[in-house]
Amino acid sequence: MDRMHFGEHSSSQFNEALESIRNNLMEMGGLVEKQVVDALQALLQADSALAEKVMETEDKVDKLEMLIDEECTKVLALRQPAASDLRLIIAVTKAVSDLERIGDESAKIARMGQQLAEEGESPRGYVEVRHIGNHVRNMLRDTLDAFARFDAKKALEVAAEDKEVDLEYRSAMRSLVTFMMEDPRSISRVLNIIWSLRALERIGDHARNIGEQVIYLVEGKDVRHISVDEIEAKLKK
Amino acid sequence: MDTAEKFDDKAPGNAKLADQIEGEQAMDETIRYPDQTVGTPYVDNPKMRMRDVEVFYGEKQAIHGVSLDIGKNEVVALIGPSGCGKSTFLRCLNRMNDTIDICQVKGNLHLEDQDLYDPKLDVVELRARVGMVFQKPNPFPKSIYDNVAYGPRIHGLANKKYDLDEIVETSLQKAGLWNEVKDRLHSPGTGLSGGQQQRLCIARTIAVSPEVVLMDEPCSALDPIATAKIEELIAELSQSYTIAIVTHSMQQAARVSNRTAYFHLGRLVEMNDTDTVFTKPEHDLTEAYITGRFG
Repeated sequence: MDRMHFGEHSSSQFNEALESIRNNLMEMGGLVEKQVVDALQALLQADSALAEKVMETEDKVDKLEMLIDEECTKVLALRQPAASDLRLIIAVTKAVSDLERIGDESAKIARMGQQLAEEGESPRGYVEVRHIGNHVRNMLRDTLDAFARFDAKKALEVAAEDKEVDLEYRSAMRSLVTFMMEDPRSISRVLNIIWSLRALERIGDHARNIGEQVIYLVEGKDVRHISVDEIEAKLKK
Repeated sequence: MDTAEKFDDKAPGNAKLADQIEGEQAMDETIRYPDQTVGTPYVDNPKMRMRDVEVFYGEKQAIHGVSLDIGKNEVVALIGPSGCGKSTFLRCLNRMNDTIDICQVKGNLHLEDQDLYDPKLDVVELRARVGMVFQKPNPFPKSIYDNVAYGPRIHGLANKKYDLDEIVETSLQKAGLWNEVKDRLHSPGTGLSGGQQQRLCIARTIAVSPEVVLMDEPCSALDPIATAKIEELIAELSQSYTIAIVTHSMQQAARVSNRTAYFHLGRLVEMNDTDTVFTKPEHDLTEAYITGRFG
């Protein structure tokens, strides 16, 4: 039997409830993914209108978060789910809060974009933003994909990617700090870039968290707060 | 005899049951039985040790090679769809199946060093060591006091009235019923509410100081409050007794037991820590049943 097949429940209402939760989660994921892409665009192209749009989307994301949480609470109260159903509900409730935080971070990036549009471009850092931004965007896409397909292997790949993002972030930070020391007049503008990079790095962390929830959902193993190597070892057991 | 009919597929009333079993088998095509029970059916120094148990009702085999241990002071829950053999298995543990003529039990069943099916064994004595609580509360048509005192009397556990009084009081206290009935010990047991009657039956069972208490769906006839009380009691009792409970309520199994055994069509598919069974069962059949995908 396909363990992660959710269509065969004896209770069709239970099926519908789980299906609806999954659909809403995917919708929320799609919205948040778009937010990240738009926020990056707004920052890189100094597009204030687009930045505004990103911040407006936050409201929708928040509402979806509350809706999904409510649906999950209902399933817990009315169905007392067990085994894979229980893990799905737990994983979803945790994933939505990570998605909501990703939305917040995107809004932060959009705000930085607006400020840069007003104050004038930063002399440095756009290459790093584009590079890390792309990386993080792919991670988010992959982790949502992994959730939709219950693919623990892909989720593990996302966790491994996060390590690289952290390295890239640290190296970008070093070079930008050096630059600010050399050219103190640029500090305020470069700081906007630094906050954005920081937000991107956080998005990477949240994507990894969601990946860890996917692994819990599929394999039933808690892989939080351990290294990628340790996760791999745990999965092999 | 009732049971004979129950397992005769040709009996007109049972066509539905046969259909259902066939339907289940058809659906199970993609799920295979494990070659042997998955999980941890055995423990060190078990209180009860069962190996290769097979039970037949006439020609029909109801249990296929079930092996498991029940640890001391452990609560083991037996779950599974209707007709999976969980109650039949439970009834082997104090030879309740002896009362059914066509029922035949094979395999090794031990309570510590005692072979349960040793022909020289006194069954009445065995049932004092391995007590049973049934689905429907079945107090004797006697007073509350006499219900509890019945066992100790026939087993000669109390010589003086004073001793008997004490056994009755402690048993009722352990069953959480004392405060509710202490002022009317001599009114009939049948006058109590369903939940109280069931606790009276538990008091009656523990009055003879059994080592193991078997419970066959003890809460299925009770309301949620009475059920909660019995479940509380099970946790309490497990400190002094070893308990095996058959239940249809998976949530109940999850709440009260240390280990859970999942039976399917007469086979023990999986036995694991209850936490594992309800969060990440090892076998797909267990998963399907726990999540309500059949059964």
